[in-house]
Amino acid sequence: MEHIIFYCLAAILLFAATMVVTVRNPVRATLFLILAFFSSAGVWLLLEAEFLALTLVLVYVGAVMVLFLFVVMMLDIDLAPLQEGFTKYLPLGMFVAALITIEMIAVLGANHFGLDVVPSPSPHPADYSNTREIGLLLYTVYVYPFEIASVILTVAIVAAITLTLRQKNSKSQDISQQVKVRREDRVRIVKMQSSPTKTKEQEAQL
Amino acid sequence: MIDWIVSNPLVFTILKIVAIIVPLMLAVAYLTYAERKVIGYIQVRIGPNRVGPWGLLQPIADGLKLALKEVIFPAKSNLYLFLVAPVLAIGPALAAWAVMPFDATMTLANIDAGLLYILAITSMGVYGIVIAGWASNSRYAFLGALRSAAQVVSYEIAMGFALVGVLVAAGSLNLGQIVLGQQGGFWHWYWLPLLPLFVVYFISGVAETNRAPFDVSEGESEIVAGFHVEYSGMAFAVFFLAEYADMILISMLASVMFMGGWLSPFQGIPGLESLFSWVPGIVWLLLKTSFFLFLYLWFRATFPRYRYDQIMRLGWKVFIPVTLVWLIVVATAQVMDIGPWFSEPASHDSVALIEGND
Repeated sequence: MEHIIFYCLAAILLFAATMVVTVRNPVRATLFLILAFFSSAGVWLLLEAEFLALTLVLVYVGAVMVLFLFVVMMLDIDLAPLQEGFTKYLPLGMFVAALITIEMIAVLGANHFGLDVVPSPSPHPADYSNTREIGLLLYTVYVYPFEIASVILTVAIVAAITLTLRQKNSKSQDISQQVKVRREDRVRIVKMQSSPTKTKEQEAQL
Repeated sequence: MIDWIVSNPLVFTILKIVAIIVPLMLAVAYLTYAERKVIGYIQVRIGPNRVGPWGLLQPIADGLKLALKEVIFPAKSNLYLFLVAPVLAIGPALAAWAVMPFDATMTLANIDAGLLYILAITSMGVYGIVIAGWASNSRYAFLGALRSAAQVVSYEIAMGFALVGVLVAAGSLNLGQIVLGQQGGFWHWYWLPLLPLFVVYFISGVAETNRAPFDVSEGESEIVAGFHVEYSGMAFAVFFLAEYADMILISMLASVMFMGGWLSPFQGIPGLESLFSWVPGIVWLLLKTSFFLFLYLWFRATFPRYRYDQIMRLGWKVFIPVTLVWLIVVATAQVMDIGPWFSEPASHDSVALIEGND
């Protein structure tokens, strides 16, 4: 049963990943990327890594990809010029792809991760909490790397926000000023007589 | 027959799913009725009163009408995505119900990371809206989708932080454990010690479901009907179902996490506790949920729509700082055993675990 689910998820994952790079419409490519993330979250669930799987869905599918989609939907990409250099760069691209594949095989192959080197982990009992284990490790053994990573991320956020703050003449609302506004500032009541007295000329016309 | 069903996990699970979905769909139908009645009375009208006694068959009539209407596909729309969008909207809205604890033992999937699961699944609901807006090939729909995407992503952060507060207070991600952590009657529920988070959670929930006063993604007065302007018939009805199922979900989650879930409000009060002990837990949960649903309708009848920049300001500059401050307060109270709520050693087993590992 578990094998069937794994192969289904893996097949969807591979299909989606292939579609991301081959499909022409950028919005569709983004949607396939979302599908790829989702099915890899499923594969992680099978590995009993439910915290990582749910966080992948929460952060990447739920937030990052929404912003991706947001940007991609607003782009008006003309696809023809993008494909001009395809044949020219094909050999170089193939070379790089082959290189990456060889590297991956060398590192992740059976020499380092075979069953004789790393035996498959025994399934945990039902009360085993992957979330708690990660939390305990993250805040005790790996607390310094964790803190350093969060500081780096904070610096990146501050940098990104400062970059967008450069244009000074952007319009913005001052909420406290808006709240302070009274009726007298905006509305002027003019008292007028309901039936103005008729002038001589108007009477003459009648 | 019954033995065969119980012994066959697949059939039993499917039956349980049906037992959740069917009442949920009925609740959605009658929530629309309640909405029209409540808002009617708030506005000194009667509301629907023609179909059936007191208009009680009105939702059935509406459903029938929608089912019989033609689904129109706009020319030059992306047909495939146009059809997938409603499915993507309702899928998460239903899937999130899997971990809902209706009673001490009534849960479809009693998983350990239930809170995370809920957050992850509900965060996917926005794709239905975004894809619908884009695939419709209409300016109004597209504007609605963009507004909705930005709004939902912003409020998800505040909502997530509010839930982290609940997690710290309960010491567990399991929704059943969170309810059990609130044992002891009305004053022990988390709404009081986590009051700012509770308020932030519910308002963010209203914003997440794109309901008034945060319904800028529909914005009838500005962008016609927003993301579902091109949808008709059942395709539109599916969006409608998803929105109302999400409302019920958020209301029930609010009662599970802040209002003691299935626990009786009279717990710990001498005479009343035994007087109401016969009431099944799910009744309390449904009553609490109805209260939050009423708040939804009340909001819609009371507040005018927010301006878009005000929505963003509220989410980023008010809610997120509030939740951050209160998270520190809750964490401090939890670690130092401060106050009437956090004095019990609820989460100390984790500390003991570390010491035990050495």
